Amino acid sequence: MAAGAEEASPFNIHPMDQFAIKPLFGGHELNFYTPTNQTLWLAIAVLAIFVLLVMGVRGRALVPSRSQSVAEIIYGFVRKMVEDVTGKQGLAYFPYIMTLFMLILMSNMLGLLPYSFTSTSHIAVTGVLAMLVFLAVTIIGFAKHGIGFLKLFWVMSAPWWIRPVLAIIEVISFFVRPASHSIRLAGNMMAGHAVIKVFAGFAGALGVGAVVPIVAITAVFGLELLVSFLQAYVFAILTCVYLNDALHPGH
Amino acid sequence: MEGNIVALGQAIGAGLACIGMGGAAIGVGNVFAAYLSGALRNPSAASSQTATLFIGMALAEALGIFSFLVALLLMFVGV
Repeated sequence: MAAGAEEASPFNIHPMDQFAIKPLFGGHELNFYTPTNQTLWLAIAVLAIFVLLVMGVRGRALVPSRSQSVAEIIYGFVRKMVEDVTGKQGLAYFPYIMTLFMLILMSNMLGLLPYSFTSTSHIAVTGVLAMLVFLAVTIIGFAKHGIGFLKLFWVMSAPWWIRPVLAIIEVISFFVRPASHSIRLAGNMMAGHAVIKVFAGFAGALGVGAVVPIVAITAVFGLELLVSFLQAYVFAILTCVYLNDALHPGH
Repeated sequence: MEGNIVALGQAIGAGLACIGMGGAAIGVGNVFAAYLSGALRNPSAASSQTATLFIGMALAEALGIFSFLVALLLMFVGV
């Protein structure tokens, strides 16, 4: 589309501009090795995780400092979530889920900074994360149970004549998982951050009346903080649910 | 205002796709309403069900995000 967007407001903010991938050091061509703003903000997210979880607990004090207690709360929170959903067996996969949770949480949160870039708003990023989860779940399921993993698709609690129909539905829902898993995260991040930019565009156009959209931006920003955390939590807990299917197939 | 039937169709299609987000809004509202009415009757059991609550919310919301994605594709991906 983009027609009419050029002269719409004096500030001329297009809400989707913030998601454009640009090379860091000038130029226009994008190759797979080109450092882009995507690379930069993913690296900053990793750095933030390192500072919080490695540097933060360096003191190992009995009475924790502020950063140490934040790191301990996050660790305990994710560990409890994994244990609640997948049981004791799932704790072997806790490091991976903790990694996913922290990476997504930090990327979402850093994307809320002005002039920053949300790495998780791109399906290329979330798709890889979701695909790895999908492959891992399938491989773990077949490795632990062999052909018995297919019991996941054969619902024993249903009447016998409805089982083939349910099997088709279960197979479809199994293969749709990576798509919905990745699109949920990317869509939420893109929608929320675009909403903030749209309100910012109103503020530019309204002049003195800009107080109203600015107050609205503040409120939406609070909501976005919640959504950023919630989507990281949802991604992690759905990973746990899928993992639980692989560890305990059969309904 | 010369006629551009493709842009018109894109805008109308994107607007229609957004109806699906209303459906997701109803779904997410139902999830939280059911949780709240259950939680107020038995507050001691409420905290153990928050994980289920968020899974249900995420599943209902994903479908609304799909329709949002359709609208975005119509508006910003050239035909």
